Amino acid sequence: MLLAAPIVVPLATAILLQLLPYRPRLHRVVAFVGALGILAAGMDIFLRVERTGILTLQVASWPAPFGITLVADTLSALLVVMVGLIGAVITGQSFSGVDPRREALGYHPLIHILLMGVAGAFLTGDIFNLYVWFEVMLIASFVLMALHRTRAQLQAALTYVTLNLIASAFMLTAIGLLYGQAGTLNLADLARAWPERRTPALDAALSMLFLSAFGIKAGLFPLFFWLPASYPTPPPAVGALFAGLLTKVGVYSMIRVFTLLFPSGGHAVYTVLLVMSAVTMIVGLVAALSQPDFRRILSFNLVGHIGFITVALAMGTAESIAAAILYLLHEMLAITALFLVGGWFLRQRRTATVAMLGSLYRAQPAVAAIAMVPIFSFAGVPPLSGFIAKVSIVIAALGGGFYWITAAVLVTSLLTLLSMAVVWGEAFWKPAPADDGHARIDRLVAAPAAALAVAMLAFTVAAGPLSNLTRRAADELLRADGYVNAVLRSR
Amino acid sequence: MELLLAIVVGVLYATGLYLMLRRRLAQLIIGLSMMSHGTNILIFTSAGLTRSYPPIVADGSVTPPAVFADPVPQALILTAIVIGFGVTAFTLVLSHRVQVVSGSDDIDNIVPDHG
Repeated sequence: MLLAAPIVVPLATAILLQLLPYRPRLHRVVAFVGALGILAAGMDIFLRVERTGILTLQVASWPAPFGITLVADTLSALLVVMVGLIGAVITGQSFSGVDPRREALGYHPLIHILLMGVAGAFLTGDIFNLYVWFEVMLIASFVLMALHRTRAQLQAALTYVTLNLIASAFMLTAIGLLYGQAGTLNLADLARAWPERRTPALDAALSMLFLSAFGIKAGLFPLFFWLPASYPTPPPAVGALFAGLLTKVGVYSMIRVFTLLFPSGGHAVYTVLLVMSAVTMIVGLVAALSQPDFRRILSFNLVGHIGFITVALAMGTAESIAAAILYLLHEMLAITALFLVGGWFLRQRRTATVAMLGSLYRAQPAVAAIAMVPIFSFAGVPPLSGFIAKVSIVIAALGGGFYWITAAVLVTSLLTLLSMAVVWGEAFWKPAPADDGHARIDRLVAAPAAALAVAMLAFTVAAGPLSNLTRRAADELLRADGYVNAVLRSR
Repeated sequence: MELLLAIVVGVLYATGLYLMLRRRLAQLIIGLSMMSHGTNILIFTSAGLTRSYPPIVADGSVTPPAVFADPVPQALILTAIVIGFGVTAFTLVLSHRVQVVSGSDDIDNIVPDHG
């Protein structure tokens, strides 16, 4: 039951919110408390996984591999904690105001349904169930995205919906073929059965189908074009939620499915992924440099940084996968905080075009100091979390003999630094182009991003233990026996 | 039978993708649902076609018959159909909104000047 808590809590919260009479303040409090509940459940699972190893739950006592299994290893547990944290930050942001029309149309329940889908995707041990959680998450995100009236927002929603549905169809196709050959859907059972039953042709087709499906969801080159077209349009809190969690589910699925189904590092899918990721990094960051709007800069940065994570996955060593997980955690915190900072710009100056911003540092030094943490960490300025995560990728690349990847990572890091330096200079340092009275950012608005900034500083301070943790998560992923035994022994 | 269904799947995917590349909203939606039907038939076919052997344990026996149709793919397809139904309903509402706001069913012309 314990393992189901991160799924049950948001579901119960969403239902409760629908039943409660509509009073904005009440809904905000309930949504926030529900998100704290997910965080608490996630922490509990994490601590138990730390103590006793991989946890499993056979749903409705159907023994594996016949029923659906929920599994939490170190990676899943860490990510569920992140779901709770980001959920709490995003629901906390609504205390400073949400568009009343959106709020009345079910903004809070939708956020919780989305959190449920993400938590379910991180915890499930069944590949068809993973597809179902993807759909839960997508439907919630579709509605959140489409609660709009303007043409640009509708265009973005239509692109987003279509591309994600195509990705889902690819994923379902791959699952159908996989079941036809292996006769099971349980990930642990698949890890055991697939190497015996696979044929080279089907193996190649499946790996490419999964790569395309997860690549679209994660936003890899050349499949990312929907992302910068759609992420900048929704309100900042929704954009932050999407950027922080949704693309990361694609990355997580890639890590989980590839390490279980295509375990040998020499599999061709890793070579393809390596090249795709390297191009993603460069293209994403070069495109980011040419954008005028902060939210578009962030969207392209998000794409480029997904490349950092998948490049580390594609190198396939224990060191590099540990680095990928470390980067994943840093990126979730940083990009969520940055999208919220983008919300400050909109609130203050009604625009996120960096050239139109300015003198935010002089106007509110404390607020600028909060924004400084995610911006500089994202840029990879030592000693912040981004620097640590990037260094671990570079060390892993050098250790594995991937010299051209090292070069690509370093060049991209430099471009990120440039991109973030431009933002800092334009929005905070330079004098504002027109002094048309900017609204102040009050405590309620700044608090959620401040909480993330604190989490990033904690990440920096606890980098040692955290990298041991990600190393353990990577070892669990690479030695699939542990996962397989944990799931199948509990029959 | 497998060959026939494989061809049907291929035709459905190809038609679906072709329709999605068109500029009209209605064609986009029909394309999406054709693709999801193609996927359903693919699951059905790839899991093996077994005619007239329902997975029922006969009276007095404890094991199913030696040959029986696998019920799991049917459960998967049923789930996928329900999800596909919900998603199609949503895309219909979304495209209605797009049509009302932009006054056109041309996907490339929702935002003027970006056509």
